[in-house]
Amino acid sequence: MNAPRQGIDAVANSLAELGRSIFFLLRVIASLPSLVRKPRLVIEQLYSVGVLSLVIIVVSGVFVGMVLALSGYRLLVDFGAEEALGTSVALTVVRELGPVVTALLFAGRAGSALAAEIGLMKATDQLSGMEMMAVDPLRRIVAPRFLAGLIALPLLTSIFCVMAIGAAGGHLVGVALLGVDAGAYWSGIQENVEFGKDIVNVFVKSGVFGVIVTWIAVYQGYSAPPTSEGVSRATTSTVVLSSLAILGANLMLTAVLFGEV
Amino acid sequence: MPDDSSLVEARDLRFRRGARVIFDGVDIDIRRGGITAIMGPSGTGKTTLLRLIGGQWRPDGGSLRFDGQEVAALSQKRLFELRKRMGMLFQTGALLTDLSVFDNVAFPLREHTRLPERLIRDVVLMKLEAVGLRGARDLYPAQLSGGMARRVALARAIALDPEMIMYDEPFAGQDPISMGVLLRLIRRLNDALGLTSVVVSHDVKETLQIADHCYVIADGEVKAHGTSDEIRDSASEWVQQFVQAQADGPVAFHYPGPPYAEDLHVEDRP
Repeated sequence: MNAPRQGIDAVANSLAELGRSIFFLLRVIASLPSLVRKPRLVIEQLYSVGVLSLVIIVVSGVFVGMVLALSGYRLLVDFGAEEALGTSVALTVVRELGPVVTALLFAGRAGSALAAEIGLMKATDQLSGMEMMAVDPLRRIVAPRFLAGLIALPLLTSIFCVMAIGAAGGHLVGVALLGVDAGAYWSGIQENVEFGKDIVNVFVKSGVFGVIVTWIAVYQGYSAPPTSEGVSRATTSTVVLSSLAILGANLMLTAVLFGEV
Repeated sequence: MPDDSSLVEARDLRFRRGARVIFDGVDIDIRRGGITAIMGPSGTGKTTLLRLIGGQWRPDGGSLRFDGQEVAALSQKRLFELRKRMGMLFQTGALLTDLSVFDNVAFPLREHTRLPERLIRDVVLMKLEAVGLRGARDLYPAQLSGGMARRVALARAIALDPEMIMYDEPFAGQDPISMGVLLRLIRRLNDALGLTSVVVSHDVKETLQIADHCYVIADGEVKAHGTSDEIRDSASEWVQQFVQAQADGPVAFHYPGPPYAEDLHVEDRP
Protein backbone atom coordinates (compact mmCIF):
# COMPACT_ATOMS: atom_id res chain seq x y z
CA MET A 1 0.00 0.00 0.00
CA ASN A 2 1.41 3.41 -0.90
CA ALA A 3 2.01 6.20 1.56
CA PRO A 4 -0.75 8.64 0.44
CA ARG A 5 -3.31 5.84 0.64
CA GLN A 6 -2.14 4.96 4.14
CA GLY A 7 -2.41 8.60 5.13
CA ILE A 8 -5.97 8.84 3.81
CA ASP A 9 -6.91 5.64 5.66
CA ALA A 10 -5.39 6.96 8.88
CA VAL A 11 -7.34 10.21 8.62
CA ALA A 12 -10.54 8.32 7.77
CA ASN A 13 -10.04 6.00 10.75
CA SER A 14 -9.40 8.93 13.07
CA LEU A 15 -12.55 10.70 11.88
CA ALA A 16 -14.58 7.51 12.28
CA GLU A 17 -13.22 7.11 15.82
CA LEU A 18 -14.07 10.73 16.60
CA GLY A 19 -17.59 10.18 15.26
CA ARG A 20 -18.04 7.05 17.40
CA SER A 21 -16.78 8.86 20.49
CA ILE A 22 -19.17 11.81 19.91
CA PHE A 23 -22.07 9.39 19.44
CA PHE A 24 -20.95 7.65 22.66
CA LEU A 25 -20.84 10.99 24.52
CA LEU A 26 -24.37 11.84 23.37
CA ARG A 27 -25.62 8.46 24.62
CA VAL A 28 -23.92 9.02 27.97
CA ILE A 29 -25.45 12.50 28.28
CA ALA A 30 -28.86 11.04 27.41
CA SER A 31 -28.36 8.52 30.26
CA LEU A 32 -27.64 11.17 32.89
CA PRO A 33 -31.30 11.87 33.87
CA SER A 34 -31.66 8.23 34.97
CA LEU A 35 -29.14 8.96 37.75
CA VAL A 36 -31.68 11.11 39.58
CA ARG A 37 -33.22 7.90 40.90
CA LYS A 38 -29.82 6.46 41.87
CA PRO A 39 -27.76 9.26 43.44
CA ARG A 40 -25.80 6.69 45.48
CA LEU A 41 -23.98 5.57 42.31
CA VAL A 42 -22.73 9.13 41.71
CA ILE A 43 -21.74 9.63 45.34
CA GLU A 44 -19.65 6.42 45.29
CA GLN A 45 -17.85 7.61 42.19
CA LEU A 46 -17.36 11.10 43.63
CA TYR A 47 -15.47 9.43 46.45
CA SER A 48 -13.44 7.36 44.00
CA VAL A 49 -12.48 10.09 41.50
CA GLY A 50 -12.73 13.13 43.81
CA VAL A 51 -11.89 12.35 47.42
CA LEU A 52 -9.16 9.87 46.51
CA SER A 53 -7.55 12.52 44.26
CA LEU A 54 -7.41 15.07 47.07
CA VAL A 55 -3.93 14.23 48.35
CA ILE A 56 -2.17 14.68 45.02
CA ILE A 57 -4.14 17.89 44.31
CA VAL A 58 -3.45 19.46 47.72
CA VAL A 59 0.26 18.58 47.70
CA SER A 60 0.72 19.76 44.10
CA GLY A 61 -1.17 22.99 44.83
CA VAL A 62 1.10 23.77 47.77
CA PHE A 63 4.28 23.16 45.80
CA VAL A 64 3.12 25.08 42.71
CA GLY A 65 2.17 28.04 44.94
CA MET A 66 5.54 27.95 46.67
CA VAL A 67 7.48 27.86 43.40
CA LEU A 68 5.42 30.71 41.93
CA ALA A 69 6.03 32.84 45.02
CA LEU A 70 9.74 32.08 44.99
CA SER A 71 10.31 32.80 41.31
CA GLY A 72 7.85 35.73 41.29
CA TYR A 73 9.61 37.35 44.24
CA ARG A 74 13.04 37.15 42.57
CA LEU A 75 11.61 38.91 39.51
CA LEU A 76 9.56 41.54 41.34
CA VAL A 77 12.11 42.47 43.98
CA ASP A 78 14.47 43.84 41.31
CA PHE A 79 11.81 46.40 40.45
CA GLY A 80 10.86 47.07 44.05
CA ALA A 81 7.42 45.65 43.30
CA GLU A 82 7.37 42.71 45.70
CA GLU A 83 4.00 43.93 47.07
CA ALA A 84 2.54 42.71 43.77
CA LEU A 85 3.53 39.13 44.66
CA GLY A 86 0.02 38.19 45.82
CA THR A 87 -1.49 39.45 42.56
CA SER A 88 1.15 37.67 40.52
CA VAL A 89 0.68 34.31 42.24
CA ALA A 90 -3.11 34.56 42.35
CA LEU A 91 -3.64 35.55 38.70
CA THR A 92 -1.18 32.93 37.43
CA VAL A 93 -2.87 30.22 39.47
CA VAL A 94 -6.47 31.24 38.89
CA ARG A 95 -6.20 32.00 35.19
CA GLU A 96 -3.84 29.29 33.98
CA LEU A 97 -1.99 26.95 36.26
CA GLY A 98 -4.85 26.01 38.58
CA PRO A 99 -7.27 24.62 35.99
CA VAL A 100 -4.55 23.19 33.73
CA VAL A 101 -2.36 21.49 36.34
CA THR A 102 -5.37 20.13 38.23
CA ALA A 103 -6.82 18.72 35.01
CA LEU A 104 -3.49 17.14 34.05
CA LEU A 105 -3.15 15.57 37.50
CA PHE A 106 -6.80 14.47 37.38
CA ALA A 107 -6.20 12.80 33.99
CA GLY A 108 -3.23 10.93 35.44
CA ARG A 109 -4.86 9.95 38.72
CA ALA A 110 -8.59 9.54 38.03
CA GLY A 111 -8.80 9.37 34.21
CA SER A 112 -6.38 6.46 33.96
CA ALA A 113 -8.18 4.65 36.79
CA LEU A 114 -11.56 5.11 35.07
CA ALA A 115 -10.26 3.80 31.74
CA ALA A 116 -8.55 0.82 33.37
CA GLU A 117 -11.57 -0.05 35.50
CA ILE A 118 -14.06 0.07 32.62
CA GLY A 119 -11.62 -1.69 30.26
CA LEU A 120 -11.10 -4.50 32.77
CA MET A 121 -14.83 -4.81 33.35
CA LYS A 122 -15.20 -5.26 29.61
CA ALA A 123 -12.32 -7.76 29.40
CA THR A 124 -13.81 -9.87 32.21
CA ASP A 125 -17.29 -9.92 30.63
CA GLN A 126 -18.79 -7.83 33.43
CA LEU A 127 -20.26 -5.35 30.94
CA SER A 128 -21.61 -8.16 28.73
CA GLY A 129 -23.01 -9.81 31.84
CA MET A 130 -24.87 -6.61 32.70
CA GLU A 131 -26.26 -6.33 29.19
CA MET A 132 -27.53 -9.88 29.44
CA MET A 133 -29.18 -8.99 32.76
CA ALA A 134 -31.01 -6.23 30.85
CA VAL A 135 -28.96 -3.54 32.61
CA ASP A 136 -27.47 -0.91 30.31
CA PRO A 137 -23.77 -0.50 31.22
CA LEU A 138 -23.87 3.06 29.87
CA ARG A 139 -26.40 3.98 32.55
CA ARG A 140 -25.10 1.84 35.37
CA ILE A 141 -21.33 2.14 34.91
CA VAL A 142 -20.39 4.94 32.51
CA ALA A 143 -22.90 7.71 33.33
CA PRO A 144 -22.20 7.89 37.11
CA ARG A 145 -18.44 8.02 36.47
CA PHE A 146 -18.87 10.72 33.83
CA LEU A 147 -21.04 12.88 36.08
CA ALA A 148 -18.74 12.38 39.06
CA GLY A 149 -15.78 13.55 36.97
CA LEU A 150 -17.70 16.65 35.88
CA ILE A 151 -18.54 17.55 39.47
CA ALA A 152 -15.19 16.60 40.99
CA LEU A 153 -12.79 18.47 38.71
CA PRO A 154 -14.11 22.04 39.34
CA LEU A 155 -14.10 21.33 43.09
CA LEU A 156 -10.57 19.93 42.98
CA THR A 157 -9.44 22.93 40.91
CA SER A 158 -10.86 25.30 43.53
CA ILE A 159 -9.00 23.42 46.26
CA PHE A 160 -5.81 23.50 44.19
CA CYS A 161 -6.08 27.29 43.77
CA VAL A 162 -6.73 27.88 47.47
CA MET A 163 -3.79 25.68 48.45
CA ALA A 164 -1.45 27.37 45.94
CA ILE A 165 -2.31 30.93 46.97
CA GLY A 166 -3.01 30.34 50.65
CA ALA A 167 -1.21 29.90 53.92
CA ALA A 168 0.66 26.73 53.03
CA GLY A 169 1.66 27.72 49.47
CA GLY A 170 2.45 31.15 48.04
CA HIS A 171 1.68 32.93 51.29
CA LEU A 172 4.07 30.74 53.27
CA VAL A 173 7.02 31.40 50.96
CA GLY A 174 6.19 35.01 50.05
CA VAL A 175 5.13 36.35 53.45
CA ALA A 176 6.55 34.04 56.09
CA LEU A 177 9.90 33.26 54.44
CA LEU A 178 10.68 36.15 52.08
CA GLY A 179 9.14 38.92 54.18
CA VAL A 180 6.53 40.38 51.83
CA ASP A 181 3.93 42.33 53.80
CA ALA A 182 0.89 40.14 54.46
CA GLY A 183 -1.53 43.07 53.99
CA ALA A 184 0.00 43.91 50.61
CA TYR A 185 -0.10 40.23 49.57
CA TRP A 186 -3.81 39.84 50.31
CA SER A 187 -4.99 43.32 49.29
CA GLY A 188 -3.29 42.89 45.91
CA ILE A 189 -5.28 39.70 45.41
CA GLN A 190 -8.48 41.38 46.58
CA GLU A 191 -8.04 44.30 44.20
CA ASN A 192 -6.93 42.47 41.09
CA VAL A 193 -8.71 39.14 41.07
CA GLU A 194 -12.17 39.78 39.61
CA PHE A 195 -15.00 37.44 40.44
CA GLY A 196 -16.82 37.81 37.13
CA LYS A 197 -13.73 37.24 35.07
CA ASP A 198 -11.15 35.25 37.01
CA ILE A 199 -13.16 33.13 39.43
CA VAL A 200 -15.83 32.29 36.86
CA ASN A 201 -12.97 31.42 34.51
CA VAL A 202 -11.76 28.76 36.96
CA PHE A 203 -15.13 27.03 36.80
CA VAL A 204 -15.57 27.45 33.04
CA LYS A 205 -12.15 26.01 32.29
CA SER A 206 -12.33 23.20 34.83
CA GLY A 207 -15.85 22.33 33.66
CA VAL A 208 -14.65 22.02 30.07
CA PHE A 209 -11.58 20.03 31.17
CA GLY A 210 -13.84 17.81 33.27
CA VAL A 211 -15.89 16.92 30.18
CA ILE A 212 -12.74 16.32 28.13
CA VAL A 213 -10.94 14.09 30.64
CA THR A 214 -13.90 11.96 31.70
CA TRP A 215 -15.21 11.64 28.14
CA ILE A 216 -11.82 10.43 26.89
CA ALA A 217 -11.36 8.12 29.92
CA VAL A 218 -14.75 6.40 29.77
CA TYR A 219 -14.67 6.12 25.98
CA GLN A 220 -11.16 4.66 25.93
CA GLY A 221 -12.13 2.13 28.60
CA TYR A 222 -15.45 1.24 26.97
CA SER A 223 -13.99 0.78 23.49
CA ALA A 224 -10.79 -0.98 24.60
CA PRO A 225 -10.12 -4.40 23.05
CA PRO A 226 -10.89 -6.97 25.79
CA THR A 227 -7.27 -7.99 26.30
CA SER A 228 -4.55 -7.00 28.76
CA GLU A 229 -2.79 -5.09 25.98
CA GLY A 230 -6.06 -3.35 25.08
CA VAL A 231 -6.60 -2.17 28.66
CA SER A 232 -2.99 -1.03 28.90
CA ARG A 233 -3.32 0.98 25.68
CA ALA A 234 -6.62 2.51 26.79
CA THR A 235 -5.00 3.71 30.02
CA THR A 236 -2.02 5.21 28.24
CA SER A 237 -4.19 6.80 25.54
CA THR A 238 -6.40 8.37 28.20
CA VAL A 239 -3.49 10.20 29.81
CA VAL A 240 -1.82 11.19 26.53
CA LEU A 241 -4.96 12.31 24.71
CA SER A 242 -6.41 14.07 27.76
CA SER A 243 -3.18 15.96 28.36
CA LEU A 244 -2.94 17.14 24.76
CA ALA A 245 -6.65 18.02 24.66
CA ILE A 246 -6.41 19.97 27.93
CA LEU A 247 -3.46 22.04 26.70
CA GLY A 248 -5.13 22.73 23.34
CA ALA A 249 -8.48 23.60 24.92
CA ASN A 250 -6.74 25.85 27.47
CA LEU A 251 -5.20 27.90 24.68
CA MET A 252 -8.58 28.37 23.03
CA LEU A 253 -10.36 29.13 26.30
CA THR A 254 -7.76 31.70 27.35
CA ALA A 255 -8.11 33.40 23.96
CA VAL A 256 -11.90 33.48 24.27
CA LEU A 257 -12.20 34.34 27.98
CA PHE A 258 -9.49 36.99 28.17
CA GLY A 259 -9.57 38.22 24.59
CA GLU A 260 -5.84 38.15 24.34
CA VAL A 261 -5.74 36.85 20.80
CA MET B 1 -38.91 -32.96 30.27
CA PRO B 2 -38.91 -31.10 26.93
CA ASP B 3 -42.09 -30.67 24.96
CA ASP B 4 -42.28 -30.43 21.19
CA SER B 5 -42.51 -26.66 20.87
CA SER B 6 -39.38 -24.57 20.45
CA LEU B 7 -38.51 -21.60 22.62
CA VAL B 8 -35.69 -20.59 20.28
CA GLU B 9 -35.76 -21.20 16.54
CA ALA B 10 -32.85 -20.48 14.22
CA ARG B 11 -33.51 -20.85 10.52
CA ASP B 12 -30.87 -20.50 7.82
CA LEU B 13 -28.84 -18.47 10.32
CA ARG B 14 -25.85 -16.70 8.83
CA PHE B 15 -23.16 -14.78 10.62
CA ARG B 16 -19.64 -13.73 9.79
CA ARG B 17 -16.92 -11.87 11.64
CA GLY B 18 -14.79 -9.96 9.16
CA ALA B 19 -13.97 -12.39 6.36
CA ARG B 20 -14.55 -15.45 8.54
CA VAL B 21 -17.85 -17.27 8.13
CA ILE B 22 -19.11 -18.47 11.53
CA PHE B 23 -22.59 -19.71 10.54
CA ASP B 24 -23.49 -20.53 6.97
CA GLY B 25 -27.18 -21.42 7.05
CA VAL B 26 -27.72 -23.11 10.40
CA ASP B 27 -31.06 -24.50 11.67
CA ILE B 28 -31.34 -25.01 15.42
CA ASP B 29 -34.33 -25.58 17.71
CA ILE B 30 -34.12 -25.12 21.48
CA ARG B 31 -37.03 -27.10 22.91
CA ARG B 32 -38.99 -25.81 25.88
CA GLY B 33 -38.33 -27.52 29.18
CA GLY B 34 -35.28 -29.45 28.01
CA ILE B 35 -31.52 -29.19 28.04
CA THR B 36 -30.12 -28.60 24.59
CA ALA B 37 -26.39 -29.02 24.16
CA ILE B 38 -24.46 -27.13 21.52
CA MET B 39 -21.11 -28.85 21.00
CA GLY B 40 -18.24 -28.42 18.66
CA PRO B 41 -14.52 -27.72 18.56
CA SER B 42 -13.19 -24.43 19.93
CA GLY B 43 -13.79 -21.44 17.71
CA THR B 44 -16.79 -22.85 15.85
CA GLY B 45 -19.19 -20.19 17.05
CA LYS B 46 -20.85 -21.82 20.06
CA THR B 47 -20.53 -18.71 22.21
CA THR B 48 -21.46 -16.61 19.18
CA LEU B 49 -24.76 -18.46 19.01
CA LEU B 50 -25.52 -17.49 22.63
CA ARG B 51 -24.71 -13.85 21.90
CA LEU B 52 -27.01 -13.96 18.87
CA ILE B 53 -29.82 -15.46 20.95
CA GLY B 54 -29.27 -12.75 23.59
CA GLY B 55 -29.32 -10.05 20.91
CA GLN B 56 -25.81 -8.80 21.72
CA TRP B 57 -24.86 -9.41 18.11
CA ARG B 58 -27.08 -9.37 15.02
CA PRO B 59 -27.07 -12.12 12.41
CA ASP B 60 -26.12 -11.29 8.82
CA GLY B 61 -28.96 -13.37 7.44
CA GLY B 62 -31.68 -15.86 8.26
CA SER B 63 -33.96 -15.77 11.23
CA LEU B 64 -33.52 -16.22 14.97
CA ARG B 65 -36.68 -16.17 17.04
CA PHE B 66 -37.17 -16.31 20.80
CA ASP B 67 -40.72 -17.31 21.68
CA GLY B 68 -41.82 -16.19 18.24
CA GLN B 69 -40.11 -12.77 18.38
CA GLU B 70 -37.37 -11.97 15.89
CA VAL B 71 -34.54 -11.01 18.26
CA ALA B 72 -32.62 -8.81 15.82
CA ALA B 73 -35.72 -6.73 15.00
CA LEU B 74 -36.41 -5.68 18.60
CA SER B 75 -35.84 -2.15 19.89
CA GLN B 76 -33.40 -1.82 22.79
CA LYS B 77 -36.27 -1.50 25.24
CA ARG B 78 -38.03 -4.63 23.95
CA LEU B 79 -34.69 -6.46 23.83
CA PHE B 80 -34.03 -5.64 27.48
CA GLU B 81 -37.52 -6.89 28.35
CA LEU B 82 -36.71 -10.10 26.50
CA ARG B 83 -33.38 -10.50 28.31
CA LYS B 84 -35.18 -10.48 31.64
CA ARG B 85 -36.67 -13.78 30.48
CA MET B 86 -33.25 -15.36 29.93
CA GLY B 87 -30.23 -15.82 32.15
CA MET B 88 -26.71 -16.34 30.93
CA LEU B 89 -23.82 -17.98 32.68
CA PHE B 90 -20.57 -16.68 31.22
CA GLN B 91 -17.46 -18.85 31.07
CA THR B 92 -15.69 -16.42 33.39
CA GLY B 93 -18.71 -16.04 35.68
CA ALA B 94 -18.74 -12.29 34.87
CA LEU B 95 -19.39 -11.47 38.53
CA LEU B 96 -19.07 -7.81 39.49
CA THR B 97 -15.77 -7.79 41.31
CA ASP B 98 -16.51 -4.84 43.60
CA LEU B 99 -19.68 -6.47 44.97
CA SER B 100 -19.98 -9.31 47.47
CA VAL B 101 -21.58 -12.63 46.56
CA PHE B 102 -24.82 -11.45 48.19
CA ASP B 103 -24.85 -8.15 46.31
CA ASN B 104 -24.02 -9.87 43.02
CA VAL B 105 -27.08 -12.09 43.32
CA ALA B 106 -29.18 -9.15 44.55
CA PHE B 107 -27.99 -6.98 41.63
CA PRO B 108 -30.67 -7.92 39.04
CA LEU B 109 -33.38 -7.79 41.73
CA ARG B 110 -32.37 -4.29 42.82
CA GLU B 111 -32.13 -3.13 39.20
CA HIS B 112 -35.42 -4.53 37.96
CA THR B 113 -37.77 -4.81 40.91
CA ARG B 114 -38.99 -2.56 43.69
CA LEU B 115 -38.93 -5.29 46.27
CA PRO B 116 -38.17 -4.19 49.83
CA GLU B 117 -34.65 -5.01 51.01
CA ARG B 118 -35.99 -7.59 53.49
CA LEU B 119 -37.63 -9.56 50.69
CA ILE B 120 -34.57 -9.23 48.45
CA ARG B 121 -32.52 -10.74 51.28
CA ASP B 122 -34.84 -13.74 51.46
CA VAL B 123 -34.84 -14.28 47.68
CA VAL B 124 -31.03 -13.99 47.48
CA LEU B 125 -30.55 -16.49 50.30
CA MET B 126 -32.95 -18.90 48.61
CA LYS B 127 -31.07 -18.66 45.32
CA LEU B 128 -27.72 -19.09 47.08
CA GLU B 129 -29.12 -22.08 48.99
CA ALA B 130 -30.09 -23.63 45.64
CA VAL B 131 -26.45 -23.55 44.52
CA GLY B 132 -25.09 -24.51 47.95
CA LEU B 133 -23.38 -21.20 48.70
CA ARG B 134 -25.64 -19.53 51.26
CA GLY B 135 -22.71 -19.54 53.69
CA ALA B 136 -20.47 -17.72 51.20
CA ARG B 137 -22.72 -14.66 50.94
CA ASP B 138 -20.16 -12.24 52.41
CA LEU B 139 -17.22 -13.35 50.27
CA TYR B 140 -16.02 -11.34 47.28
CA PRO B 141 -15.49 -12.84 43.80
CA ALA B 142 -11.69 -12.76 44.25
CA GLN B 143 -12.09 -15.10 47.25
CA LEU B 144 -14.02 -17.74 45.29
CA SER B 145 -12.71 -20.76 43.39
CA GLY B 146 -13.63 -21.03 39.69
CA GLY B 147 -16.39 -23.54 40.42
CA MET B 148 -17.85 -21.43 43.24
CA ALA B 149 -17.79 -18.31 41.04
CA ARG B 150 -19.83 -20.14 38.40
CA ARG B 151 -22.32 -21.30 41.00
CA VAL B 152 -22.73 -17.73 42.26
CA ALA B 153 -23.19 -16.61 38.65
CA LEU B 154 -25.80 -19.34 38.30
CA ALA B 155 -27.63 -18.09 41.40
CA ARG B 156 -27.57 -14.60 39.88
CA ALA B 157 -28.80 -15.93 36.53
CA ILE B 158 -31.87 -17.50 38.20
CA ALA B 159 -32.53 -14.50 40.46
CA LEU B 160 -35.27 -13.12 38.23
CA ASP B 161 -36.77 -16.58 37.59
CA PRO B 162 -36.03 -16.62 33.85
CA GLU B 163 -37.55 -19.05 31.37
CA MET B 164 -34.23 -19.99 29.83
CA ILE B 165 -30.64 -20.20 30.97
CA MET B 166 -27.67 -20.27 28.62
CA TYR B 167 -24.48 -21.84 29.92
CA ASP B 168 -21.26 -20.88 28.16
CA GLU B 169 -18.65 -23.61 28.70
CA PRO B 170 -19.77 -24.33 32.27
CA PHE B 171 -17.31 -27.21 32.74
CA ALA B 172 -14.16 -25.63 31.31
CA GLY B 173 -11.25 -25.79 33.74
CA GLN B 174 -13.25 -27.46 36.53
CA ASP B 175 -11.95 -30.16 38.83
CA PRO B 176 -13.95 -33.43 38.84
CA ILE B 177 -15.87 -32.54 42.01
CA SER B 178 -16.89 -29.07 40.76
CA MET B 179 -17.80 -30.57 37.41
CA GLY B 180 -20.05 -33.16 39.06
CA VAL B 181 -21.68 -30.45 41.18
CA LEU B 182 -22.32 -28.26 38.14
CA LEU B 183 -23.71 -31.18 36.12
CA ARG B 184 -26.20 -32.07 38.83
CA LEU B 185 -27.10 -28.42 39.39
CA ILE B 186 -27.86 -27.77 35.73
CA ARG B 187 -30.11 -30.83 35.54
CA ARG B 188 -31.77 -30.22 38.91
CA LEU B 189 -32.45 -26.53 38.32
CA ASN B 190 -33.77 -27.22 34.83
CA ASP B 191 -36.26 -29.79 36.08
CA ALA B 192 -37.18 -28.17 39.42
CA LEU B 193 -37.74 -24.67 38.02
CA GLY B 194 -39.22 -25.78 34.69
CA LEU B 195 -36.46 -23.99 32.78
CA THR B 196 -35.20 -24.36 29.27
CA SER B 197 -31.41 -24.75 29.21
CA VAL B 198 -28.81 -24.31 26.52
CA VAL B 199 -25.40 -25.72 27.34
CA VAL B 200 -22.53 -24.74 25.09
CA SER B 201 -19.56 -26.98 25.68
CA HIS B 202 -16.79 -29.03 24.17
CA ASP B 203 -16.73 -31.38 27.14
CA VAL B 204 -18.50 -34.12 25.23
CA LYS B 205 -18.82 -36.86 27.85
CA GLU B 206 -20.21 -34.59 30.55
CA THR B 207 -22.54 -32.69 28.26
CA LEU B 208 -24.02 -35.83 26.72
CA GLN B 209 -24.85 -37.07 30.24
CA ILE B 210 -27.34 -34.30 30.91
CA ALA B 211 -28.51 -33.16 27.47
CA ASP B 212 -31.94 -34.05 26.12
CA HIS B 213 -31.01 -32.90 22.65
CA CYS B 214 -27.61 -32.17 21.10
CA TYR B 215 -26.26 -30.23 18.17
CA VAL B 216 -22.72 -30.65 16.93
CA ILE B 217 -21.60 -27.64 14.92
CA ALA B 218 -18.40 -27.06 12.97
CA ASP B 219 -17.30 -25.28 9.81
CA GLY B 220 -20.35 -23.02 9.93
CA GLU B 221 -22.90 -25.83 9.77
CA VAL B 222 -24.70 -28.39 11.91
CA LYS B 223 -22.73 -31.62 11.56
CA ALA B 224 -25.20 -33.71 13.54
CA HIS B 225 -28.13 -33.41 15.90
CA GLY B 226 -30.29 -35.71 17.94
CA THR B 227 -30.49 -37.26 21.38
CA SER B 228 -27.31 -38.06 23.29
CA ASP B 229 -27.52 -41.73 22.21
CA GLU B 230 -28.01 -40.76 18.57
CA ILE B 231 -24.91 -38.57 18.72
CA ARG B 232 -22.87 -41.32 20.39
CA ASP B 233 -24.00 -43.83 17.73
CA SER B 234 -23.67 -41.45 14.79
CA ALA B 235 -22.30 -43.00 11.61
CA SER B 236 -20.51 -39.78 10.71
CA GLU B 237 -16.72 -40.14 10.89
CA TRP B 238 -16.47 -36.49 11.84
CA VAL B 239 -18.87 -36.87 14.76
CA GLN B 240 -17.14 -40.05 15.92
CA GLN B 241 -13.76 -38.31 15.87
CA PHE B 242 -15.21 -35.49 17.98
CA VAL B 243 -17.14 -37.70 20.41
CA GLN B 244 -14.30 -40.20 20.86
CA ALA B 245 -11.71 -37.37 21.09
CA GLN B 246 -9.50 -38.98 18.44
CA ALA B 247 -6.51 -37.12 17.05
CA ASP B 248 -6.83 -38.72 13.57
CA GLY B 249 -9.86 -38.36 11.38
CA PRO B 250 -11.59 -35.91 9.06
CA VAL B 251 -10.54 -33.01 11.27
CA ALA B 252 -6.91 -32.30 10.44
CA PHE B 253 -4.44 -32.02 13.29
CA HIS B 254 -2.46 -29.36 11.44
CA TYR B 255 -3.65 -25.87 10.71
CA PRO B 256 -3.44 -25.32 6.93
CA GLY B 257 -0.01 -24.10 5.84
CA PRO B 258 2.68 -24.60 3.20
CA PRO B 259 4.40 -28.03 2.96
CA TYR B 260 6.66 -28.75 5.93
CA ALA B 261 9.77 -29.47 3.79
CA GLU B 262 9.24 -26.25 1.87
CA ASP B 263 8.96 -24.28 5.13
CA LEU B 264 12.25 -25.76 6.38
CA HIS B 265 13.91 -25.17 2.93
CA VAL B 266 14.95 -28.84 2.83
CA GLU B 267 15.26 -28.90 -1.00
CA ASP B 268 17.62 -25.92 -1.00
CA ARG B 269 20.18 -27.65 1.19
CA PRO B 270 23.12 -29.46 -0.40
